[in-house]
Amino acid sequence: MLDVIEIFKSYEGAAALQGVSFRVNAAETVCLLGPSGSGKSTLLHIIAGLERADSGRILWDKEDISSMPAHLRRFGLVFQDYALFPHLNVLENVAFGLRMQGYSRAESSALARETLERVRLRGFESRRVTDLSGGEQQRVALARALAPRPRLLMFDEPLGALDRALRETLLSELREILHEAQAPAIYVTHDQEEAFALADRLILLRDGRVIQDGAPSEVYARPVSAWAAEFLGLGTTLKGRINASGKVETAAGVVDIACPRESVSLLIRPEGASLSRKQGCALLIRSRVADVVFRQRDFRVILENGVYVYLPHAPARGETVSVCIPPEAIQCL
Amino acid sequence: MNRRALLWLPALGFLGIFFFYPLTRIFALSFRAEACTASSLRLAAKTLGFTLYQAGLSTLLTLMIGLPAAYLFAKYAFRGKTVLRALVAVPFMLPTVAVAAAFNALLGPNGWVNLALMRGLHLESPPIPFLHTLGAILLAHVFYNTVIVLRVVGYAWSHLDVRLEDSARLLGASRTEVFLRVTLPLLRPAIFAASLLVFLFDFTSFGVVLLLGGPSFATLEVEIYVQAMHYLNLPVAALLAVIQIFFTLGFSAWYSRMSARASVQIRPQSARRVRRARSFSERVFLAGMVSFLFALFIFPLAALPIRSVVRTDFSRGEPQIALTGRYYAALFVNERDSRFYVPPVQAAVNSLTYAGLTAIFSLALGFPVASLLAHPRRIDKILDPLVMLPLGASAVMLGLGFIVAFNHPPMKWLASRWIVPAAHTMVALPFVIRSLQPAFSAIPQSYRDAAATLGASPWQVWRRIDFPILSRGILAAASFAFTISLGEFGATSLLARPEYPTLPTAIYRFLSLPGALNYGQAMAMATLLMLLTLAGIVLIERTRISGTEGF
Repeated sequence: MLDVIEIFKSYEGAAALQGVSFRVNAAETVCLLGPSGSGKSTLLHIIAGLERADSGRILWDKEDISSMPAHLRRFGLVFQDYALFPHLNVLENVAFGLRMQGYSRAESSALARETLERVRLRGFESRRVTDLSGGEQQRVALARALAPRPRLLMFDEPLGALDRALRETLLSELREILHEAQAPAIYVTHDQEEAFALADRLILLRDGRVIQDGAPSEVYARPVSAWAAEFLGLGTTLKGRINASGKVETAAGVVDIACPRESVSLLIRPEGASLSRKQGCALLIRSRVADVVFRQRDFRVILENGVYVYLPHAPARGETVSVCIPPEAIQCL
Repeated sequence: MNRRALLWLPALGFLGIFFFYPLTRIFALSFRAEACTASSLRLAAKTLGFTLYQAGLSTLLTLMIGLPAAYLFAKYAFRGKTVLRALVAVPFMLPTVAVAAAFNALLGPNGWVNLALMRGLHLESPPIPFLHTLGAILLAHVFYNTVIVLRVVGYAWSHLDVRLEDSARLLGASRTEVFLRVTLPLLRPAIFAASLLVFLFDFTSFGVVLLLGGPSFATLEVEIYVQAMHYLNLPVAALLAVIQIFFTLGFSAWYSRMSARASVQIRPQSARRVRRARSFSERVFLAGMVSFLFALFIFPLAALPIRSVVRTDFSRGEPQIALTGRYYAALFVNERDSRFYVPPVQAAVNSLTYAGLTAIFSLALGFPVASLLAHPRRIDKILDPLVMLPLGASAVMLGLGFIVAFNHPPMKWLASRWIVPAAHTMVALPFVIRSLQPAFSAIPQSYRDAAATLGASPWQVWRRIDFPILSRGILAAASFAFTISLGEFGATSLLARPEYPTLPTAIYRFLSLPGALNYGQAMAMATLLMLLTLAGIVLIERTRISGTEGF
């Protein structure tokens, strides 16, 4: 069990982390999600012991390890650019951590071979790492981190450099491996899809602060702010004011919803909108269509006021339409 | 901070004792009354004038050959291009003494050209005067420095944005107008930077001027040597050295400004157009230029080793030529009439020993500095020019500095055998640092981080990650230092004692002695030196980390 307590870190006066705290329970996969520059990688480096925090503590099973050097922590890290050792072959890369733990050459080779099989790289043992494809390098990096059976596994945007199809394959393999390994894991990414697919718990990071911390379904259902909703790609947000009749006035029209505060943000989810329905709408938007994007199952229709909805049939660009947004697609933030 | 200071300490300490201290002694000496007499100032002015004159003329000639060559390499594909590119670069690393011997073997009184003419035209004496002419100096300088123009200007030319020339063509400019109004102005900074660098090398050239020009063509470097070694007139030598330093530093500073500007102008472009010659005039230019360059670079390089195994016999008027191995055999004999204290092969042993020591010393001193400079803090950036400063000082000046500084207790070290490797280390150190530095920066921090998260302690990270990856760079730097020491002549000619000769000083001595055997032994030793150096160059090229471009 890992406890991150009140971590502060700044670089030459610029704050990178401003009091980050969270916990990772046994066998739990936590996704740290945030845009670039939000401090995710810095946080990971501090947990790994590669960098020192300005203040704050890192506990492992209640023991303070803040000043323990990286090589004694037994935390595995899969690097963004993989950082495979170019002078060692695949097997030697994977066996490196085991050798460092004092296993004999034969033992560590055998264990490394086993790990390579787990990541489906049987037969790659004596290949040069520089000759591998991106996906293969990624698997070697994963195997290298897994082989010494770390107490905690960490991933620093490991799929960032790969193409989409490969990412999806590796993502499902990764789920399997994380489930099998039964070790707690921290997965850093800026990609919501990856985060929702992997996380037992999701931590949203912005400007070095934790914005939201919860189960993916919870975060999906109740984003904590307009920024969180937009970053997670849940829909469009609109600023509004509550008028005399208790409804919310926005730039896109009056919304039939009761919100607790006077000045509010509304989240308009794109699902469930319709062009034909005229009744039971919380909001009826009459607007010209600014753009239409084909999404395989349906169309993403972007209106001139910036609101977008998913519709089964595409109106023509420039056409004026009336879009009915049902009450369940609108939410006060 | 403390660790950084500790890593800087050896190099800076060495530099202080063996560079800055001798430098201050030279300055002090040059201000003494006996240095600044009317006659010595006249000598200095005359020597400076000739130095500038020959350097300017050499630079001009080098440009006349280098610019068409650069055009050739930038624009055309032709057979033998890779070989020619490598060939042109070979002289740059060759010891000056070996190059002087090579030209002697080709054009000297006992050289191939004169031998052929004597046989062909039935002459009693060599018809072409070469030794002790200005032409000899100029030719050797062109031979040395063409590669600079070729690399610097050729690089700029091949990276020139071809769209600029294309758009000028589309706007109605003829080929000539495009060249004069677009290409040339864009290349001007590169041409100027290359010229300055060539000029700088010609200005400080010592070995070829001494061996090919003789006493009547004394440049500053040669005059420092003559004053110090022949007339034992150290104050005048010091005065000349000070003049030399100011000019060298001035030109160096100018060069770094120019080369900075040259690199701003050139954007790396992937769209390069290298093509085969098509029209008749293109083919004539190509064939003529390629064969000229091959001739210029192959003939001297080939003349030397062949001359070292050929015996000449003048007893029946025209020279008779026969193969022989006796020059090499004689290297192992201490012949009394050669007026040499030890068998010449001892010079080779000395040279190899000094080169080995130089490699060890310069690595030991340069390694810590290079590790710091790979990820420099502000303090490193301040100290960096300090360790590079010896590059701006000539080797002859360094030798003079040693003579002036280390001839009195408690630093009476001139008689020591360690003094030559110390001087060589001083010469090699900047090169070692500069060649190690990219090897260090080529290791991403993430490798070390990855090793640390896998449980490697700092020592294990060093042993298992840094060292194996660096080993190629270390080998390259070591061979660099080794090669530099093997060929070093400037400082060695002032410091090596006659009983401990090195290959270059022995070659110089043998070349200045009369007799076919002495000449042949000089050829044999120069061949040996050239082969050793070439082996070093190959090793450096093989182990070079990509990205270490430059000279």
